[in-house]
Amino acid sequence: MPAGSTYTPIATTTLGSAAADYTFTSIPSTYTDLRIIASPASSDNLYSMGMQFNSDTTSNYSMTELRGNGTSALSSRLSNQTVAWVSYNMSPGTTLGDNAITIDIFNYANTTTFKTAISRFNVMGGSYQGTGAIVSLWRKTPEAISSVKLTMTGANFKAGSTFTLYGIASA
Amino acid sequence: MPNTFELIASSTVGAGGAATISFTSIPSTYTDLQIVYSLRSDTGSAADNAEITFNGSTSTYSSRRLYGSGSAAASDSSATYTISSFIVGDGATSNTFGNGSLYMPNYAGSTNKSYSIDAVNETNATGAFSGLYALLWATTSAITSIQFKPNGGTIFKQYSTAYLYGVKNA
Repeated sequence: MPAGSTYTPIATTTLGSAAADYTFTSIPSTYTDLRIIASPASSDNLYSMGMQFNSDTTSNYSMTELRGNGTSALSSRLSNQTVAWVSYNMSPGTTLGDNAITIDIFNYANTTTFKTAISRFNVMGGSYQGTGAIVSLWRKTPEAISSVKLTMTGANFKAGSTFTLYGIASA
Repeated sequence: MPNTFELIASSTVGAGGAATISFTSIPSTYTDLQIVYSLRSDTGSAADNAEITFNGSTSTYSSRRLYGSGSAAASDSSATYTISSFIVGDGATSNTFGNGSLYMPNYAGSTNKSYSIDAVNETNATGAFSGLYALLWATTSAITSIQFKPNGGTIFKQYSTAYLYGVKNA
């Protein structure tokens, strides 16, 4: 019997026009983990990228980050945020293809634990460039993640930005 | 169901070593590329760097790196391809190799090529590093070939490996 697919594309998009955000909806609960591959550009040269789960806009998110801007190694943490930061104080800039971001969301479908995500960001466009990783925690009363909204705080994603969601099965 | 994550090509260095590891004629039928590699060069130092280039080009590369040495964390930048990834040199503990993973979204598209590398060269000794890289090849050409070359050494040692995978988004 052939093995089922372990790594499956769930949804993908290339923005046809500028958008303030993009949301993956109706995410099936049949996988173990989720991975998002993003190649964004922004309508502005500033601003950070974040995400929200299941339309939760309350202060249920926290993060610890490690980043390097080409000059200094930095670390910071923020509690009680209204978004899970994907890249913080690093702007994608306006040129398509300058940035590569991978987001892993672990055990997203259970209803028993808070949800953890790791964002591995590479930002080579814009005024604030660099690389690093952010671990985020979503502390809403445990529920399965069925939607993920990606946002640029204070700016738009540029037309041509790409986002792909994959499901990873553990068995 | 079609495979989302497929091995395109592999390379294992034999006795005598290899001056480069190259992947050529890369098909444009995938969405992203991932390369997983394990490399050791013949430089006498404990650490070396791999030079990674695309389509035979040596221009329009840049990078920003975040790394730790076991005693400190630091960040630096480069305007070339010559320090694309930490690897192990022949001055390091025997039988150790530098390992890394490169991921490039939209490699066949018509925008600039940004890619990430996570690389380590742990050897149970000093002179080992762990690094996260943001790299950019500011060219809109599709990727058709990739080459690895040691920066400090002249060859990759036997048992060095590299595996090229294609990832499809549909």
